[in-house]
Amino acid sequence: MNEPTLVVRDLATHFTLRNGVVRAVDNVSFSVDRGKILGLVGESGSGKSVTGFSILGLIDPPGHIAGGSIKFLGRELVGMAERELRGLRGNRIAMIFQDPMMTLNPVLRIDTQMIETVQAHADVSQAEARRRSRDALGMVGIPSPDERLSAYPHQFSGGMRQRVAIAIALLHQPDLIVADEPTTALDVTIQAQILSEVQKLAANFGTALIWITHDLSVVAGLADEIAVMYAGRIVEAGRVESVLDRPLHPYTHGLIGSVPSRNRRGARLRQIPGMTPSLLDLPPGCAFRLRCARATAACEQDPPITAPGDDRLLRCFHPQLDVAA
Amino acid sequence: MTLWILRRLFQAVLVMLAMTVIVFIGVSVIGDPVEILISPDADQAERLRAIAALGLDKPLWQQYLNFLWGALHGDLGRSFVYNEPALRLIGQRLPATMELAVTAVLLAVLLGIPLGLLAGLYPNSALGRLAMAGSILGFSLPSFWVGLMLIMVFAVQLGWLPSTGRGATVSVLGVPWSFLTLDGLAHMAMPALNLALGNIALVLRLTRSGVRENLPMDYVKFARAKGLSPIRVVFVHVLKNIMIPVVTVLGLQFGSTIAFAVVTESVFAWPGMGKLIIDSINVLDRPVIVAYLMMIVLMFVLINLAVDLLYTVLDPRVRLESAE
Repeated sequence: MNEPTLVVRDLATHFTLRNGVVRAVDNVSFSVDRGKILGLVGESGSGKSVTGFSILGLIDPPGHIAGGSIKFLGRELVGMAERELRGLRGNRIAMIFQDPMMTLNPVLRIDTQMIETVQAHADVSQAEARRRSRDALGMVGIPSPDERLSAYPHQFSGGMRQRVAIAIALLHQPDLIVADEPTTALDVTIQAQILSEVQKLAANFGTALIWITHDLSVVAGLADEIAVMYAGRIVEAGRVESVLDRPLHPYTHGLIGSVPSRNRRGARLRQIPGMTPSLLDLPPGCAFRLRCARATAACEQDPPITAPGDDRLLRCFHPQLDVAA
Repeated sequence: MTLWILRRLFQAVLVMLAMTVIVFIGVSVIGDPVEILISPDADQAERLRAIAALGLDKPLWQQYLNFLWGALHGDLGRSFVYNEPALRLIGQRLPATMELAVTAVLLAVLLGIPLGLLAGLYPNSALGRLAMAGSILGFSLPSFWVGLMLIMVFAVQLGWLPSTGRGATVSVLGVPWSFLTLDGLAHMAMPALNLALGNIALVLRLTRSGVRENLPMDYVKFARAKGLSPIRVVFVHVLKNIMIPVVTVLGLQFGSTIAFAVVTESVFAWPGMGKLIIDSINVLDRPVIVAYLMMIVLMFVLINLAVDLLYTVLDPRVRLESAE
């Protein structure tokens, strides 16, 4: 039981385009334990969503998993037959998407979309599948789930739709849920409700969660571990308190500095200079060096992964040890 | 809902009324049916008697009012040529055209949607490319020419299919139908295909672009992330979204298919309404022309009504009441 739910080792997901290969995910390694929440943080285009889709085997051409291993409860997912993967998707590994307005099929009723998920993985009657769907809706806090089952997605608000999507993800009590920015499109009060529901559910069922987000404040309140991605690589990882209190990588530093805070009222917001580099045309060595104040000639080499203590991982030559956030 | 349907029917009546005015004026401008109908040897007394019998001695507005009065009682006038009620004439020809048009639309659905799915799901496959290239021909080749070519190849050269007529028919409820006999089906094959060609191409392209548009949508990825089989994703999730534009276009096309079966019916000597209307226009048989056009208008309105109703089944976001 001590084995982590998910162990990702050296995962590389590439997109072969006409003008080159995009290394959207490049040698990414992390693991998630049972009942734990990993926050996968990064800017748009840092490869965090692609990492999520890689785990579910939902990378479409021209993308493909170029190397590495994804071990889920001891089973290797990379190279697994599509049929077998399909048996896991929605069953043992579920996914929640970013935009609840887009994830539910607009022309199918909620019950259709839920019952088909139940029956895709369990040999049960229509009535039993309906009962399970209703229970799942009730669990995520949708009032009068019996009536709401026969409604269409457009009859729900955004927050309610995301609850439906979460209910669908929970139908088979999966061992792992990949949540791809599920609260980004919702307003803060709804976001808080959903976060607390998810936290409860993960704890109750022992579900491991990967929470993909660009919002550090969400991760701070929700996750146990954090992994910061930049240009397809994890640049820093560790326990949430540890990383957020004592960030070592200049990029993590910049991210934390960009969060508006009450303590710095009136001061100009700090920002990370420059832009995310194009993944088609990454500079050699550390991808962040062009935006980094601490970069030196050494950064033109690939920084190795180091472990600066207490479960921390870091990919930087010049960690920022002096904390002045 | 009921109010909405009533309103649509009321609009239909107005359109039909406008149609009768246009046709009455139009036909009287084109020429005088008397010159065509009455033999040139007839003497003046005979001519006057004939004109009076056809009701053409009265001024146009009075003829029109008489016609309206008759129409209110379900009488659209008697054909000048056949001396039969125009409605009955059309009614006799209607089944032949209907079965041709329905078969053509069925062909469009049965061939167009699968080919469109194929071309949409596998855009780079040889078959997908072939379907797309073929659809361009289906659009652009003139229908009468394709009809002639079909006859040349399958009737003249190969001798597989008969080139004209309806073949053997079976009478059901007093109406002869071709599609119930093998011989009738053989006769129907070419004209139906000819009539369907443009529709097949249209449905194919609509389906393909619908697939290309819907596949990258989040709901497709979410459906896959639920562990559904690709078959269910395509045939339930994607197809239901695609059917909305396809049904609209097919509905509109069904009306035009009936109305413009004229060309195909002429090429294959199919004894339907299209051939009747061409003959009637040639002899300025006004009652038949008016009755035919009113029928077509009514049909268009009813088909559009059916399409709108079907919409609410296909797309739950559509509410008819909001159209009020």
